[in-house]
This record gives sequence, C-alpha cells and structure tokens, in this order.
Amino acid sequence: MEVELRNITKRFGEVVANDGINLTIRGGEVLGLLGENGAGKSTLMNVLSGLYSADDGEILIDGKLVDFQGPGDSIAAGIGMVHQHFMLIPVFTVAENVILGVEPTGKVDYLDLKKARTQVREINEKYGLEVDPDELIENLPVGIQQRVEIIKVLFRSANVIIFDEPTAVLTPQEVIEFFEIVKTLRDAGKAIVFITHKLHEILDISDRIRVLRRGKIVGEGDPITITKTELAEMMVGRPVSFDVVKEPFAPGKVLLDIEDLTVLRENDDVAVDGIDLKIRSGEVVGVAGVQGNGQSALIEALTGLTRVAGGTVRFMDKDITRASTRARHRMGFAHIPEDRHRMGMITKFTIAENMVLDTYYDARFSKRRVMNWPKVYENSARVAADYDVRMTSVHDTAGHLSGGNQQKMVVARELSRETKFLIAAQPTRGLDVGSIEYIHSRIINARDTGDGVLFVSSEIDEIMALSDRIVVMFEGRIVAEFDATTETPDKNTIGLAMAGAVA
Amino acid sequence: MASTLNPTEPQARKLDTAKVRQARNTGVILILLSVLVAYVFAFGTSGDATFRLSRPNDPWAVPNLVVPAMAFSYIAAAVLAFLGARQFVRGGVRWTGLSMGFGLLLAVAAFLVWATAGKSFSLTGMLQATVVRAVPIALGGLAGVLSERVAVVNIAIEGMLLAGAFTGALVGSLLGGYVGLIAAVAVGGLFGFILAALVITYRVDQIIAGVVLNLFVLGVTSYVSSQVYQEHRFLNDAPVFRPVDIPFLSDIPVIGPMLFQQNIFVYGAFIMVCIATYYLFHTRSGLRARAVGEHPQAADTLGINVYRTRYINVTVAGMVAGFGGAWFTLGSVGRFDEGMTHGLGYIGLAAMIVGRWHPFGALMAALVFGFADSMQQKLALLQTPIPSEFLAMSPYIATIILVAGLIGRARAPAADGQAYIKE
Repeated sequence: MEVELRNITKRFGEVVANDGINLTIRGGEVLGLLGENGAGKSTLMNVLSGLYSADDGEILIDGKLVDFQGPGDSIAAGIGMVHQHFMLIPVFTVAENVILGVEPTGKVDYLDLKKARTQVREINEKYGLEVDPDELIENLPVGIQQRVEIIKVLFRSANVIIFDEPTAVLTPQEVIEFFEIVKTLRDAGKAIVFITHKLHEILDISDRIRVLRRGKIVGEGDPITITKTELAEMMVGRPVSFDVVKEPFAPGKVLLDIEDLTVLRENDDVAVDGIDLKIRSGEVVGVAGVQGNGQSALIEALTGLTRVAGGTVRFMDKDITRASTRARHRMGFAHIPEDRHRMGMITKFTIAENMVLDTYYDARFSKRRVMNWPKVYENSARVAADYDVRMTSVHDTAGHLSGGNQQKMVVARELSRETKFLIAAQPTRGLDVGSIEYIHSRIINARDTGDGVLFVSSEIDEIMALSDRIVVMFEGRIVAEFDATTETPDKNTIGLAMAGAVA
Repeated sequence: MASTLNPTEPQARKLDTAKVRQARNTGVILILLSVLVAYVFAFGTSGDATFRLSRPNDPWAVPNLVVPAMAFSYIAAAVLAFLGARQFVRGGVRWTGLSMGFGLLLAVAAFLVWATAGKSFSLTGMLQATVVRAVPIALGGLAGVLSERVAVVNIAIEGMLLAGAFTGALVGSLLGGYVGLIAAVAVGGLFGFILAALVITYRVDQIIAGVVLNLFVLGVTSYVSSQVYQEHRFLNDAPVFRPVDIPFLSDIPVIGPMLFQQNIFVYGAFIMVCIATYYLFHTRSGLRARAVGEHPQAADTLGINVYRTRYINVTVAGMVAGFGGAWFTLGSVGRFDEGMTHGLGYIGLAAMIVGRWHPFGALMAALVFGFADSMQQKLALLQTPIPSEFLAMSPYIATIILVAGLIGRARAPAADGQAYIKE
C-alpha cells in the first residue's frame, strides 16, 4: 500500500499551516516526520485522517485519487491515527473502546461484547500486545492505553498507522517497548508515520526522515548518515546549542524544608507519599518522573493550592504548611505552572492585565481599590521588553501570542519581582527551541542570583541540563536521588528509576 | 549514585483524608438525630402505633403491625447514638455511607411511630401512594438520564412535564385518553427537539435554554388555563386512566397493591426504565450515546455523528418527560391547573444525580422522594403537632439531604453540559 500526498495546502484564517506539501508513505517502512510544535505536522496528519479537509492538493492511495469527507472515509480507506491525546473513554473497558464505531451486533441492536473480546484477544496474540479486554481504561497505565489505541486502528484493518507524538507521555522503558511494537507492525507490512520533535527518537526508529518547518518540507535525511545537529538545524532553521551555561555551583543555606509531606487526591488516593526534600538557595533541584506520579500534587501543596494531608513544609525556618497562596507569594515564591492556559494566565486578558495578576493589589498599581492603569501599562511594557516577549503592544490579548511568548510573559510576571524560590513545572513543554533556550537561561539566572529552584519536567535531557541535584518521583515517592554537580548521572539509571525499577 | 529512600506505609500515619472528615460529619449528624429521637419522639410518648398492612377487601389478610411507641423510639435513639459514636473511632470510617443510610431510615421510622402513637395508619396505602407519586419523578429522572448521557443538561424537564400535562388534558378532553397520551408524548418530544436545536445547533448555554423553555411553557399554559378554561370548561375535563389489576400478582399482600394495582403510567414507567437500561448498556446505539457524552471528540474521530446522536437522545428524553407530564392530568385528576408540576421536574433531575445517571438508580431515588411525598400527605390526615406546611416540605428536604449529604461525589458523564464544536 502506498499513500501519496500531493501539494497539500491548509490554511486557518491568515495562517498557512501546510504549504504545498508532497509526501509519500509506503508499506513496511517507518516514515519519521520531524518538526517543532506549530510546524504543521499534526495539521497534515489530520488532513490525511479526514478530520480537516485540505484547501488545496490531493491524496492518492495506490495511485487512485481519494476524497475524505470525514474520519469515517479515511478509516475505511485503511488509515488509522493514534492521537497525541488519546481518544479513549476512561470509563469504558478496553473492548468497548476498541469496537466503538464498528461494533459487532446481534438482534435488536444487541451489543456483542463476547465477540468483541475474542477479536481483541486475536489482535493481542498476533502482535504480542497483551492487553486485558475487560479492564477499564482509567485503571491502565498510559503505555497500555497507547496499545489500546493501536489495537483500535488494527481492529479497523488499518494499513497506514500515524503516531502523533507517541512518546510524550511514556516512560523511557515504555518507549523501548513501544518501539518494539512499531517494528513488529512495520515487519507485518504496515506503513508507519512517526511524528515527533525528539531528535534521538526519530534517528532510532525511522527508515526515512522528512523535516517540516513553518508548514513546508524543508529537508530530508537518511537516519544512518545524518547527525542530530544537522537535523536540529533543519528543524529550527538556525544552528542550535544544546548546552546551558551556568555559574559554578555555590549553594547557600536551606530555603525550603519538606518533611514527610503527604498529599491526597480528591478521591483520597495518595498522590504524594511522605516526601522529605531540602532545597538550598542557589540550587536547582530537578524532579524527574513520568507525568502522574505526584509531581503536580507536590507543586500544588508547595504553592498552597491544595490541602496537605500530613507532614510539614518550612520556608526559611517558618512553618508554611497551611499558609495561603498569597502569603507564600509575598515571601518570595515564584511559580511557573505546568499548564499556562489553565493556571498561568487568562487568555482573554491583555498582556498588561496578565502581568499584574499577582501584584494588582500592590500600592504601585492600585490605590483604594482603584487601578492605576497608566502605571500598569508602563510597568508591563518595561518587563515585557526585559523578558523578550514579542508583541505589538501591552494591550494585545494574551491568548493571541505564540506559545513561546505566552510562556515568556508568565516567566516575566513571576520573576520580575524580588523572588527567593522558584517552582517551575514543565516550563518548556510545547515550546519552540528558541523559547526553550531563553526560558532555561532565565531559570539558571534565578539560580545564579541565589534563588532556590524546584524544577519539574518529564524530559530527562532537560532535567540533566539544568539540575544541580536530581530526584526521581515514582508513585508519589522519591525513589532515587542523584548529585549532578560532580559527575553526570547515567541517563539509563534515571530512566529506570522513573519506571519504578529501583530495588 | 542512586540511593533508595525509605518507603513508608501511608496507613501507618494519621492523615487528614476526605473520608475521615466525612466520617466526622456523619457522626455528628447521627448523634444529633439520636438526641432528636430521644427527646422529641420518645420522651412523653405513650401508646402503641398500629400499622395496617392489608385493606378490608384484600384476599389474604395480614395482621396489623403493632409497635410500642416509646420503647421503639428509645431503642432507635440508642442505635443511632451507637452508630454516631462509631464514626469517631477508626473502625467506623469504612461504613460511613451505610451507617448514615441506616440511621436516616431509623429516624424516619421513629418519626412515623411517634406520629402514629395511639392511632392506626395504613402502611400499605402509603406505600401504594409512594409508587404513584414516584412516577413523574422517575420519568423526569429518566428523561434527565437520557439527555445527560449524551452530555446535554436538561433543565427543561420541568417545562416538558408541564407541557405534557397540559396537552394531555386538552387533547384528552377532546379526543379521549389514548389520543391525549400520544399528543402529550409528541409535544414533549417537540420540546426536546427544540432544546436540542437551541443547545446543539445554536450553542445556546444549556442552562439558559432550559430555563427559557420552562418559562415559556409556564407562561403559555398558565395563560390558557386562566383565560380560556374559565370560559370553556369542557376543554379541561379529560378522562383518567383507571388502575388495572394484574391477575394473581395483585393479590400478594403489601406488594400487590404497591406494584400490581396501578394505572398504565406506573407500568409504563417501569417498562421504560427497563428499556432504557437495555438501550444504554446493551446496545450499539447505547454505547455510542454514552461515548458521545463522555468524550465527543473521540466519538467523532471514530465516525460517530455526535450532533445526530444528541438530537435523537434529547428528543426521546422529551418524549419520556411528555409521558410523565400526562400523569399529572390523565393519570391523576383529569384536569389541568396552573403550574401543577410544582417543580417535580427539578426533583427528577435530583433523582437522576442520586441515581448516578442510571435509569434504575433514578427510579430508586424517585421512590425515596415519592415516599417522602406520600408520607407527608398521610401524616397530614393523622393530625400531628407539626404544621402541614412543614410536612409539605419533606420531599424537598429529602432532595437536599440526599443530593448534598448522602451521595458525595457522583460522577456525571465527562462532557456533561459542554457544547461540542466540530473543527
């Protein structure tokens, strides 16, 4: 089976997401599609899977022109997509999720779940997937959920399988298992499209590489001969440095002292399970771990956003376990939240309004509850310029900025005042390389000027580049700790710890 | 080098969990109930409470249930105190919900015994009325289940009930009961379709669209009943569906009168609950409907038409509510009065939540509300010291207690209340 995309163009208003793209996908081969967030990879694949219709261009399958009116048509043509955010229903079982849309039925529309289970087991055996068809999705780890997505497309007899950023949510060990599955599928003759922005993964798994930048194919490469640096340059459009420059490690006294901290989720499950951690001034402590192992709950507890179920948190020798968020903020806490749209900013507010979300009550910006807007505008403009937020004016709606500039705005607000302690959660997720470099330099700058930094990320490379000390969280506990100032810790050991493989 | 830190068991430490807080609250409530039962119901009460279990012309007579009032109340108070105290010690945490449910049951029983002390009271009659009064609530709740399972919040159930009641009376007066019933179902379906169009196609806020429909129906029916029916009384004089006895089953003591000597609305409600359960959980369409309510985008990527699914379910929900509305007129008094649904549509929504978005759950919850309703009616006849206005509040108080207190966090369909915007 061969799929050919010819001159595909897709516009969203003014923005050209795909600009005359030509691409061929062949059976028995893994095509790596590399590009930054916003380069147009997902748009292209959504065109192929029938979710979007292209403004221009055509799709040919085995030389025949096809026209997809919706996802149904593309599924029928044998194209299956595994989305970055899984399209699974948490309260349904594996079998129910797999058959949804193509259900085996009996009389009176009766849902034949027995047949569904058998069919799921057959696919399981054929490709070595090992998923229990009766388990509820919400009880499964993400790695297994991804296999359910794969079973879903196989159940619809897909010959082309598109993976959109499939490794973003996986542990390093799960990535290895996932690659094995991809190879099995490829050897069974399926055509695989692998979309990612991670250079080493695309080199590991692809048979052919295409690089996408600003909606165009800008380059291609043979994974055997091409280097990471060359690929990075193609992806970003300029030379990229992977190193972070920082001052020598000179920690001060203990700033934050966490003792036996326990935090519960809403349903009383233990999210953070008795953590002890000390963070000194002038030190970056990196928290590595796969999403959902208690990092978010830890941060919410430290910033006062959630109730602490047990243990104490002391900041500069003061018990702040039950202090309010504003009290912590006034003590010098800065917080770059993990999801800027949910917690970091108000997308419908202007940049100036977003810039004073934390200090609007300050005497500088308001008197007797009346806002001093000229002062706010002036201050915001200055801070935004300091932090390289690219905008036309501070009256722009914040939601209209690019992701990188939105994040720089959040960083600017949090760091432009006197801070002592910075909590940065996934601060570079989904950003372009330029913004990542900039935000890294700001975090390191905070450390160099004597702040304590708690840095949470699920990317091992990022953690290793920034941290002076690395702790690994797994199922709410700190399962391993590494000193990164004297020697570079072994990446595989960290990866194993993230998967919980510590004796 | 990696160093393993000591793992500690969470159970070993004393944690401030939601469960512990809930247990504490439950304990306080149970002990307050115990005090109430001891001081109000038991203190100074004398005589026996007689509950009649069979009626004069029943084929098998069952002896009356005679309870010494004071002794029963003191025992109930003691049990309540024990259950409450248990919540404060560690072991009680596991049985919090059960203790609360049992405690409330005891308190209600003690109340009944106190109110009947020295008199006699037909328990079977009350239970029969419970089922009858549960019908509109159950059907309202079922309509809620059907539309919220596809993520459309249906506040308009109240209006649909009222529209069904009105249409049933009007068409029933002119063309007979069965035609009236069909018309009521059709009008309910029409309002369901209008709601669907407003919230799905035009993306009006679901709550606002529902409230608008309710006000519209209330306004139109009130106008017609106060202006037109005053002049032309024959337009508001519909036949009533009489109870139909089911052979053999209707002769069973207590259960027979409750379940098998009822009119077609009661049987219809039971049948619809069964069909809805089969539909939602055992058919292809039901699986797709639930998928649309949980994760519409996932359903869309699998080629399921989200909009059409929602239209169909909300319209059918309207038809169910229309049928339930006809109960008020064709199944009960044969006449339409202004605002005669008295907010039972909203209580139906509460029944849906208490019943955790399951048809049978909604039915069970509706029976609890029906019980509260029929109890207040029968007690008003017994002349208790409590003013009848307060007794009339009991279904609503039951709603508040059940929704706020007992249930905790029931899980609604994940996309409930959200419009789906196709990209």
